Amino acid sequence: MMLTEIFRMALVSLGANKLRSALTMCGITIGVFSVIGVMTTVTALRSSIETGISIFGSNIFQFAKYPIGGGPGEGSGRRKFDMRRDITLQQALRYKRLMEGKADIVCLKVIDQTGGAQAVYNGRKTTPGLTFMGTNEYFLTSNQYTIDEGRNFTPEDVELARPVILIGQSIRKKLFPAEVALGKVIRMKDRTYMVVGVFADKGNSFGGSGDDIGVIPITRFYGDFGGEKRTVNIATQAADQMVYNDTLDKALTAMRIARGLKPDEDNDFEIYSNDSLISAFGKVADIIAAGSFVISGISLLAAGVGIMNIMLVSVTERTKEIGIRKSIGARKNNILIQFLIEAVAISLAGGVLGILLGVAGGNGLAMMLNASVVFPWNWAAIGLLVCSGIGVGFGFYPAWKAASLDPIEALRFE
Amino acid sequence: MTAPSASPGQAERAAISRNYRPPGAVVIEIENVTKLYKMGEEIVHALRGVSLNVSRNEYLAIMGPSGSGKSTLMNMLGCLDTPTSGKYHFSGKNVSTMTDDELADIRNREIGFVFQTFNLLPRSTSLANVELPLIYAGLSPGIRRERAEQALRDVGLGERMMHKPNELSGGQRQRVAIARALVNRPSIILADEPTGNLDSRTGEEIMQLLEDLYEQGNTIIVVTHEEDIARHARRVVRLRDGLIESDARQA
Ligand SMILES: Nc1ncnc2c1ncn2[C@@H]1O[C@H](COP(=O)(O)OP(=O)(O)OP(=O)(O)O)[C@@H](O)[C@H]1O
Ligand SMILES: [Mg+2]
Repeated sequence: MMLTEIFRMALVSLGANKLRSALTMCGITIGVFSVIGVMTTVTALRSSIETGISIFGSNIFQFAKYPIGGGPGEGSGRRKFDMRRDITLQQALRYKRLMEGKADIVCLKVIDQTGGAQAVYNGRKTTPGLTFMGTNEYFLTSNQYTIDEGRNFTPEDVELARPVILIGQSIRKKLFPAEVALGKVIRMKDRTYMVVGVFADKGNSFGGSGDDIGVIPITRFYGDFGGEKRTVNIATQAADQMVYNDTLDKALTAMRIARGLKPDEDNDFEIYSNDSLISAFGKVADIIAAGSFVISGISLLAAGVGIMNIMLVSVTERTKEIGIRKSIGARKNNILIQFLIEAVAISLAGGVLGILLGVAGGNGLAMMLNASVVFPWNWAAIGLLVCSGIGVGFGFYPAWKAASLDPIEALRFE
Repeated sequence: MTAPSASPGQAERAAISRNYRPPGAVVIEIENVTKLYKMGEEIVHALRGVSLNVSRNEYLAIMGPSGSGKSTLMNMLGCLDTPTSGKYHFSGKNVSTMTDDELADIRNREIGFVFQTFNLLPRSTSLANVELPLIYAGLSPGIRRERAEQALRDVGLGERMMHKPNELSGGQRQRVAIARALVNRPSIILADEPTGNLDSRTGEEIMQLLEDLYEQGNTIIVVTHEEDIARHARRVVRLRDGLIESDARQA
């Protein structure tokens, strides 16, 4: 009962210094915002991936030389994978033939790793750094692209290695602002290709725009750029969820045959199914989360020091008030608690605001990445706990200082 | 010249015949109390050995020239300060050995302090200021409000409960301070130059209020260096250089 009264006193004194309290609060808000924002985004993306609404098609598994997210030669962990044999076009085509009747959709992909892909038409250029790859007619289904104008590759395009290309919306806008793109011949890495189709808008996803893309038949890609140091990524789509595991088993057998592995040899390729995608995403998310923890930890520490500073100023300014309270019988603890509550109130108010902004911001970002809205209750709860901790931790010394003032000295203070 | 209260002189006996009240139990009992202040190299002897007994329902004035140790003594009596040496018993309890929290409780329940500069919380209303000691005493909001309102009415401020200190005159502020000192029904009211910041007419009103409180049975100690003010008291203790110079009952 006395506590509620002391609580009220603390709020009244905070109200008397609104601007100062608000500014001090900001530090906490920023720290909490950053971590809650990141955690909200990550949670939203994770739940989207888990429920299958994602940039990855459903019921798809992939075979590749390297594990997810890694090209050749990045970091020491990659060396093991560098030693592997590449997945050649021949192996990939063999696999696809072996899978006929077991899985209809087998998408082969080989991605240009030089990074300098730039499309040119009639003097107009896109920015360099397009995603440029060789693939087949199943690219659309397994990567969830749709055709806006023109047509998809036909099996013949791939078989005959025709110099044709499907382009993303941003390339079309850049090269053909006022013309029809279909049937035009564009230049890409010093080769020419005829535009036969334009993808519909894809929007942004991980690692950039899904519209900065040009794809040609995989056979043509090998013909134009050679097979040296190139490895094919194979995506296979099971007919439905029921036969997913069965299809994966058959596919592994087919892949081992295509790779010419003896029965006692281990798989010399990576398998990533939806499950492994989820866990790979989990790893990336954990790194992002750890990074954001460090950053917001530092900013919360700075904010805590800010609270301590403002509380020390406040104790000095209110020395007389403390003296008056003590002279009429306030105990040490009464004063201590009053100042502690002030510090915690600043910190918690900052925290609540940070959580609200973080959830809003994180969900905004998640929605831009086509994920659904979430409210990370557990992170919010942790945020509030941490803020209370900061308030108590950094508010304690000033509060203790206030509580320990000598009543006479405090009363004399002008 | 010292006149211990145990053996009153001729003049005093006359005074007592008119004003004497049978003294209650001894409230304040200090014995050979000293207070030293160290100011760097220099040592100030604020009190050099003061002994004093005050009983329930006494009205005592402490007088003396500036720097003689009046405020120091008063703060000690009010348990705001502790003596360097000597004994202090408050209502029979040894105060010199009490912890800070025990002293806080004594200040809260047993002592009402009135300061020269009022010492009200500037942002709180009269009512809130008067309620404050009751909050620290742990009383419920209903009782608090009732008692605080009563105390304010007792000092004639029934109409000024929601005013803040800066919306009140000096005399009114001091009345609020007196109401605050009274509200916990303390054993003793200590007032350190309560009229020092007031004009003489307002000062006289405040002294009349203290007189009324005394008539109602309160124990009052007032520090002053004005003879006019001291005249209200029934007993005058004079300090000089940290020692009691005289202690006499008066009309
Ligand atoms: N906190 C302190 N530190 C150092 N010296 C002090 C302190 N408080 C009081 N003194 C000294 O103790 C002596 C007595 O001071 P005190 O305030 O009790 O005098 P006083 O009788 O109340 O004077 P006045 O009538 O001017 O209020 C003075 O010499 C003063 O300088
Ligand atoms: Mg004084």
